[in-house]
Amino acid sequence: MSKIEKDIVVMNKKGLHARPAVLFVQMADKFDVAVTIAKGEEQINGKSIMALLMLGAQYKTPLRVTIDGEDAQRAADAIEEFFAKQEEDLTP
Amino acid sequence: MSELVLKGVPAAGGIAYGPAFILDKQEFIVPKRTIMPEEADCEIARFEEAIGQARLEINVLKEEIVRNIGPEQARILDAHLMVLEDPTLLGQVTSGIRRHQQAAEYVFFNVIKQYMAALSKIQDEYLRERAADVNDIARRILKFLTQEDKWHDLDLLQQDSIIVAHDISPSDAVGMYHQKIIAFVTDIGGRTSHTAIIAKSLRVPAVVGLKDATLRVSNGDFLIVDGKKGLIIINPIQPTRELYTKEQSKIHASLEKLEDLRDLPAQTMDGKRVSILANLELSRETDNVRKFGAEGIGLYRTEFLYMNRLDLPGEDEQYEAYRRVAEAVAPFPVTIRTLDIGGDKFISSVQVPKDMSPFLGCRAIRFCLERQDIFTTQLRAILRASVHGRIQMMYPMISGLSELRQANAILGDVRRSLREGRILFDDQIKVGVMIEVPSAVMTADALAKEADFFSIGTNDLIQYTLAVDRVNEKTAHLYEPSHPALLRMIQRTVDEGHKEGIPVGLCGEMASDPALALLLLGMGLDELSMSPSSVLTVKKMVRSLKFSDAQRVAEEAMQMLTGQEVEEYVTVQLNKLLPHLL
Repeated sequence: MSKIEKDIVVMNKKGLHARPAVLFVQMADKFDVAVTIAKGEEQINGKSIMALLMLGAQYKTPLRVTIDGEDAQRAADAIEEFFAKQEEDLTP
Repeated sequence: MSELVLKGVPAAGGIAYGPAFILDKQEFIVPKRTIMPEEADCEIARFEEAIGQARLEINVLKEEIVRNIGPEQARILDAHLMVLEDPTLLGQVTSGIRRHQQAAEYVFFNVIKQYMAALSKIQDEYLRERAADVNDIARRILKFLTQEDKWHDLDLLQQDSIIVAHDISPSDAVGMYHQKIIAFVTDIGGRTSHTAIIAKSLRVPAVVGLKDATLRVSNGDFLIVDGKKGLIIINPIQPTRELYTKEQSKIHASLEKLEDLRDLPAQTMDGKRVSILANLELSRETDNVRKFGAEGIGLYRTEFLYMNRLDLPGEDEQYEAYRRVAEAVAPFPVTIRTLDIGGDKFISSVQVPKDMSPFLGCRAIRFCLERQDIFTTQLRAILRASVHGRIQMMYPMISGLSELRQANAILGDVRRSLREGRILFDDQIKVGVMIEVPSAVMTADALAKEADFFSIGTNDLIQYTLAVDRVNEKTAHLYEPSHPALLRMIQRTVDEGHKEGIPVGLCGEMASDPALALLLLGMGLDELSMSPSSVLTVKKMVRSLKFSDAQRVAEEAMQMLTGQEVEEYVTVQLNKLLPHLL
C-alpha cells in the first residue's frame, strides 16, 4: 500500500474539458487505486467524470493529484505521462 | 373575471377555442415522492436498473453512429456512458435515497439539477456546453425511472389544447404532429416562423410574436385564437364566445364548398394552366396532398429525416422515405430539396460550426459541398428512389454558377457509381435550382442554362433581399413579401427562366396568400407551391378569373413604389375580381 502525490499543471489550452476528462477517467479506471485531485481547497474523486468537469480546471491550473493503492506507482507514471502528452495534444 | 385580449402577428388563419397548454421544454418536473425506510433498497435497485437500461440504449446508439458516421462522432457518447458509471453521482443518489427517504427519480433529479446549475456557472465555455449533455443523459435515465416515455411534454396532453410556447423550433415539429393540438400561440416569431409553417401544415390557427403570452396565460386558461386577425382572448366572456362560435361555423361552411374543386385543374377562365402544389413538412402528411387538391409536392423538405435523432439517416432509410412519398403522390410529381440545415435548423448528428451569422454561414448547399459524404448518401437515395413515381430534385441556397456546377459534379459521380453498380435510376431526372439568394437572381440567366427548372424560395429570398432576419420579432414588420425589390427579383427570375425555356415555380408562404398569389399568377409563374391547407383557396382564385386580369394587376403593381401600396392594391383588386373568395 503506497500513497503518491504529484503536482501537475493543466497544459491543454482548452483546459481539462470533456474529451480530456473522459480520457483521464478511462486511464485512471485501469488501475486499482483511489485518485484524488485537488484544485486549491477543492478535492474531488479523479474517477468521477462529473466531478472532474465541475472542477473546471482550465489551461495552466495547478492541480495536486493523490494516488492511493497497491498499484500507485504504475498509476502515477501513467497520470504523469497523460499530463505530459496534454501539452502536445491541443485538439479539442 | 374579465377577458384579456392580446394582439400578435397572424401566422395561420382560422379560429380555435379551448384550454391552454403551456409548453416549457426547458424544465421537466418530477413530483416529490417520499418512501418508507424499508423501500430504500428497492428504490436503489430501481435506479440501478434504469442506469443499466440507459447504458444499453446508449450502446445501441453508439454502434449505429459508429456504423453510419464514424467512431469520432460516437465519442461524445463515451462521456455519456461514463456519467452512468460516475462514482460520485451514483453515490450521491444512493445515499440520498436512504438519507432523505425519497423516490429514486426525485433524488436523481435534484442531484442533476445541482450539477446543471454548477455547470452553467463555469467560466469556461467548453465546459459550460456540457450542460446539454448532462441534460440529455438525465432525460434518458428519468425516462426509464418513471417507466414512461413522457419526456416530451406534449405526450401529457389529455384533451384538445392550444399550445402556448416561447417558440416552436424546427426540431420540435416532429413531436408536434399531434391530434390534440388545435392552435399555436407563441411569444416570438413572425409570419414565416416555423410555428406558422407547422400550424398551416396541421391546418390549425396560429398567432405568433405575442411577446409575453407564456407569462400571461396559465395552464388550463380558456383561450380563443383568432388566426386571421392575430388575436388571442384569454378567458373570454360569454358574448365573445358566441361570436366566435358563429364565425367558426361560417369558415367550416365555406371550406366544404372548396372541397368540390379538389380534382379540378388550376386553370383560369381564359385557359392559362398553372400547377398548384403543396409544400411538405413531414412525410406523414402525404394524405393531405390529395385531400386538399394539390397536384403534387413542390417542396419536400428532407431535414426532418435528419432531426430528433443522434445518428444520420442511412441511404436505405432515405430511399424508403423518398420512395414512399413518390408513390403516395404518383402520378403527380414530388420535388425533393436536398438537405437544408444550418441557419435556424440544426441536427444533433452533425456538429455544425456555430457561425456568428448563421443565415450567412455554412448552411444548405454550402454545408453539403463541405460534407460530401452526407450529400452523396442523400443523392444516391434520391436517384435510387427516382424509378418510383415522379421525382425531381433541387439544390437549396445556390448563390452562383460555380456552386451549381460543384453540386452537379458530385451528382455526376453518384450517377456513374450507380451505373457501375447496375443500380436503376431515372436518368432523365430533372435537377433544379432554388432561387433564394439575390446573387442567384442577378445571375439567373447563367443558372438557367444549366438547370432544368427554377424554384423561387421566397422565405429566404425576402430575408436576404431586405436584410431582415425572419426569426427576429423586432424586424418582423420589415418582412414584406410585397416589397417592390422582391417583386422585381421574382419578375427577373421568371423572365430569365422563360428565356431559356425552363419552368419557374415559387415555394414559400407568400404563395398561400390569395392576394399575393393573384399577383404571382399575373407575373407568369408556372407553379405555386404552398401549405396544403391553402391549395383549395388559391385554386379557386385561379379558376375564377382571367389570366389577362391577373397580368393587368401584376403590371400595375410592378409600377408601385412601396410594399404597402402593393399590398393594398392587390387586396382591393382581389376583392373586386372575386368578392366572395374570402
